[in-house]
Amino acid sequence: MNPTRKRRLIIVLLVILAAATAGGLGVYALQQNMNYLFTPSQVQSGQASGHRTFRLGGMVKAGSIQRSDKSLKVTFTVVDAGGAMPVEYTGILPDLFRDNQSVIATGHMDDAHFIATEVLAKHDATYMPKELKDAMAKAHANKKIEDAAAAQDKMP
Amino acid sequence: MSNWIPLWLHKLSSPPTFYRFAGTLRPWAMALAVLFGVIALYGGLVLAPADYQQGDAYRIIFIHVPCAWMSMFVYAVMGVSSLIALVWRIKLAEVVAMESAPIGAAFTFITLVTGSLWGKPMWGTWWTWDARLTSELVLLFLYLGVIGLYHSFEDRRQGARAAAFLALIGIINVPIVHFSVNWWNTLHQGSTVKLFGPSKIAWGMLWPLLAMTLATKFYYIASLFHRARVDLLALEGGKDWVRQIAEDEARK
Repeated sequence: MNPTRKRRLIIVLLVILAAATAGGLGVYALQQNMNYLFTPSQVQSGQASGHRTFRLGGMVKAGSIQRSDKSLKVTFTVVDAGGAMPVEYTGILPDLFRDNQSVIATGHMDDAHFIATEVLAKHDATYMPKELKDAMAKAHANKKIEDAAAAQDKMP
Repeated sequence: MSNWIPLWLHKLSSPPTFYRFAGTLRPWAMALAVLFGVIALYGGLVLAPADYQQGDAYRIIFIHVPCAWMSMFVYAVMGVSSLIALVWRIKLAEVVAMESAPIGAAFTFITLVTGSLWGKPMWGTWWTWDARLTSELVLLFLYLGVIGLYHSFEDRRQGARAAAFLALIGIINVPIVHFSVNWWNTLHQGSTVKLFGPSKIAWGMLWPLLAMTLATKFYYIASLFHRARVDLLALEGGKDWVRQIAEDEARK
């Protein structure tokens, strides 16, 4: 390689290195405050107290969905591994909204309640036919009951 | 003779050789793109079963996911040829980098639009500022910046070098797009198809996706070869080989 090309290559590589360092530091800094959502346990430990409105993410607790007869008002409970949060929402919910679905609600705290202005459903990265899912559910049914019983024993 | 590969590459980087090489391969690449595209669409829209959770709405992945992969793949090709263009000043590398940009921008645009159409029924929103969506939008702006910078210079080769520099710096956004779903809590789900380890998708749904991936790759090759040929003719306008082609065309 002749000296001119070598010099150009070194300059270009240094520029890429500098840009990558700047990008890496930016990503690292955003790690702290670019989280899209807070989980119920994070909210309860006070991590969201600095925000007036924020996003709350977790699973819809099975059997907690209650719809009003007169309006579009819905109340449900969002849970994660270590906390639960009652949520109130008035409006149209996405198709995927159901028991045990991951949801992300935008809104603010009102005492111990979370008043949502928008509810989004998050879906997982798994794709499979319905028949396969049913077959798997059948095969795992017994195991699930055992797991649930074990989990209940652990709960205080 | 173990050095025939560098020798062949060196020969291929000369504009007249590449012009003929690309002209021969382009129809084949286009035919393969159409063939794989039709197979993938039939497999994805007719043969593949409905999803357990999303029903038929998930079928947009057969367009969305291959285009999203291409938006990053084309950027990687553009970045590498930009590096070669900046260091070795090879004309063909400049042409490949600059003619990749509009194709990559188109794939990025399709990714954003199909993602938005998918997001409305499934998530409940057209757009949200989560890390994956935002970084993909930044990728589109990088492509548009490269295209704009290239065309803002009177001298095309000077413009290509300036735009190549922008393309090279912007390449750090590609890993950010890819890993954004792992680094931050995002609304966008994580990766389904993994190069290492098992994929989280049934085979009946995976093969049309892979067929469409091949189709988009071949389309990129066909489109790039066509654009590069036109660009080489314009850049080398005064050279003998271009005059020869013009005379041959006139005689027909």
